[in-house]
Amino acid sequence: MPLVDATIIYDLIKIGGYLAVVLSICAYAVLAERRISAFIQDRLGPNRVGLPIWFRRDGTAVSLGNRWAIGQPLVDFLKFIFKEDVVPGHVNKLYYVLAPCITMIPALLVIAVIPFGPEVNGIKLVIADLNVGILWVFAIASLGVYGIVIAGWASNSKYPFLGGIRSSAQMISYEISMGLSVIPVIMHLGGFTTNGLSLSELIRFQVENAWLIVYPWMWLPFLVYLISAFAETNRLPFDLPESETELVAGYHTEYSSMKFALFFLAEYSNMVTQSALMVTMFFGGWSFPGVPSATTSIGWGFVAVGIFLAKVVAFLFLYIWVRWTLPRFRYDQLMHLGWKVLLPLALANILIVAGALAAWD
Amino acid sequence: MAIAIQRKRLSFWERLYLPAILGGLALTFRHLFRRKRTMQYPEEKWTMPPGYRGAPTLVKDEDGHERCVACQLCEFVCPPRAITIVPEEYPENAKWGKIEKKPREFDIDMIRCIYCGLCEEVCPEQAIFLRKDYSITGYSREEMVHHKDKLYELGGVMPGLVKKWEKK
Repeated sequence: MPLVDATIIYDLIKIGGYLAVVLSICAYAVLAERRISAFIQDRLGPNRVGLPIWFRRDGTAVSLGNRWAIGQPLVDFLKFIFKEDVVPGHVNKLYYVLAPCITMIPALLVIAVIPFGPEVNGIKLVIADLNVGILWVFAIASLGVYGIVIAGWASNSKYPFLGGIRSSAQMISYEISMGLSVIPVIMHLGGFTTNGLSLSELIRFQVENAWLIVYPWMWLPFLVYLISAFAETNRLPFDLPESETELVAGYHTEYSSMKFALFFLAEYSNMVTQSALMVTMFFGGWSFPGVPSATTSIGWGFVAVGIFLAKVVAFLFLYIWVRWTLPRFRYDQLMHLGWKVLLPLALANILIVAGALAAWD
Repeated sequence: MAIAIQRKRLSFWERLYLPAILGGLALTFRHLFRRKRTMQYPEEKWTMPPGYRGAPTLVKDEDGHERCVACQLCEFVCPPRAITIVPEEYPENAKWGKIEKKPREFDIDMIRCIYCGLCEEVCPEQAIFLRKDYSITGYSREEMVHHKDKLYELGGVMPGLVKKWEKK
């Protein structure tokens, strides 16, 4: 037996590539957010910083893509690195430092079970094809809220505290309808799956039948999931934990420098994760009519990954687009929507889909 | 007494909110492609309206003769005391000898200047004018003091002024 199994090397490559892609998508999502928000408000947004490719002897740089501010994420990153990391005296140090990590790690962990391409030469384009895929997603994704709650508590001052409270209340009211709106998706897998609740089984189902969004009875679950996903990622109209206009900066008021950047990054990687999940569950993941589901050609592999990324980017655009359209919900309106509208709706969905599936058979 | 505001009763369709949300999304999507209002400052600049009070400057008339007679009225009227004038005498037999005085040094400290325009208003010789230059910058306090030659450079020649010192 060789000392290092080939699959481990493939796994390491996949993990490295995945980290690079997700983090750069996050970085450029920030840029996209700034550009799109500017466009929606009839402004131009950042359009100065290009990627430097060559430095002239007099210190000026030749750079690419100035008009589109291609280099902006790099500059923002450098700014975060060089900023002073202020730790206020009144915080609980241990949890204060722990909180950004707790927010960031689940955001990155969840995406590990999401397949981003078909099987190429017998290598599955997914980091961990767990047979409890969907459960894993829900178990880990809700951990991210702890980071926010702990940040709010450890900061030991009023605005972060209010943000933390709001965050926990929000999580309780949305997690349930989110979980319930996924049950119709799982019901489609009944009698089909050979590998439990694995997400690649879900995509195989959609390749062999049709994308789940095609079935009219899946529209309502998708809508409920979409709304809950906005709440889960703390994006407007549900950004109550942060709500800059009332709580200064909400749960990360006391954070600065790279710790703040971690919260920022976590928000965007949560968006990427939720987008990828919605793409996987309702829009057929990497599949597209005409793209083979198992192939030996690396070219087709790249095409499939490209399709997956394109779908994710479309969802990211939706996130940003909605943020610059809708105002923030009031606290009680949020509770009302979560408990009295979405929860009954999600429960009704299950019955509707069960009926529809029974009639279909 | 509290006033009960009559709210419009919303229909079921309106209470769904989704049509309104989609309408909002359509509106913002249209704005994505609208003409942008941003003025890209260093490349594009405002044209200043007439009467704009920018940096104060000294002017010469068409003959290239400096207007200032060093009467020091502007120095006295200047509220933040930004102007410092050191006068000198005209040589007795010079062409403009009957004016008697001219400024040897004329400094305006642009850190102090408040662009009020009183110097222009008080000047009996039409020698000092507020021009359209705004963005006056420098790396040191010394650089921010406009000396006489800098003031004439900014002011340039202003035609059509009253020439009261010409020989009748």
